[in-house]
Amino acid sequence: MIELIKQPWHWLPAGIVIGLTVPALLLLGNKKFGISSSLRHICAMCIPANIPFFKYEWKKEIWNLFFVAGILIGGFIAARFLQNPDAIVVAPKTQMILEQYGVKDFTGLMPLDIFNWQNLFTLKGFFFFVIGGFFVGFGTRYAGGCTSGHSIMGLSNLQWPSLVATIAFMIGGLVSANFILPFVFKFLQ
Amino acid sequence: MKNIKYLVVGIFFGIAFVKAEVISWFRIQEMFQLTSFHMYGVIGTAVVTGMISVFLIKRLGIKTFGGETIVIEDKKFDKGQIFGGLIFGVGWAITGACPGPLFAQIGAGFGVVTITLLSAVGGTWVYGKISEKLSG
Repeated sequence: MIELIKQPWHWLPAGIVIGLTVPALLLLGNKKFGISSSLRHICAMCIPANIPFFKYEWKKEIWNLFFVAGILIGGFIAARFLQNPDAIVVAPKTQMILEQYGVKDFTGLMPLDIFNWQNLFTLKGFFFFVIGGFFVGFGTRYAGGCTSGHSIMGLSNLQWPSLVATIAFMIGGLVSANFILPFVFKFLQ
Repeated sequence: MKNIKYLVVGIFFGIAFVKAEVISWFRIQEMFQLTSFHMYGVIGTAVVTGMISVFLIKRLGIKTFGGETIVIEDKKFDKGQIFGGLIFGVGWAITGACPGPLFAQIGAGFGVVTITLLSAVGGTWVYGKISEKLSG
């Protein structure tokens, strides 16, 4: 059993487990699945700065911070005790494209030639951590949700604005991965 | 501590994130380069699972374990879903993560993603600061 769990999961059982988070949260306490709100609660809790957008009773939403803390712990458990012993299998075409960009490390879930502390004060780090993170935080809040709140929770509840948001996420990602990233990698090389 | 149960759900969810490799920057590149079905399969299955669950909860009038009636608010359309959505999409392909996977990546040992997360908090804060101007 544990050997089976250690293998990378097929999309079908993985999608079912992730999808079951929706009813789990609803049944446990009428909570709506959504993760990017946690970033807003962190702002409201730590740096409200008298901004109306952060003046609400964040204490009522504290469950959301417990939830994301759980995700962090789950990430730790999976990587520490349930790690796949083999290297990740990347689609050959994507691996070829990324190699042209100068990505050489295909051993783990993340390319260590980008995501390491040594890159922190470099242009590469600035782009991948600071700019990328800023876009994720700004964009999700402006959109009123992320992949979980809109694409999974919103679509599950047949909300058309969530479909609009999901299409926008996909268009943004397609443009970013196929046009912006190649340009940036070229510039960084 | 009534919130511990959400921590437990989060743990299972985080494990699924890592084991399904949806926290992988490579999987996100594959998704947007259209070279693998994996991410579409995961998200699609999650949506169908969620849809069936919500349908059953509404149809059968299922209440929470505490006996509360389950109410799911409708999402209101706002142009932010388009503009914000595009901005997030760009960031998603750069970082290889939506907000959930950011937490899981940190837990899985990619410590430098803490910087990405802090920057995401910063992005959220800046949005809050200028949100009134944007919604004009």
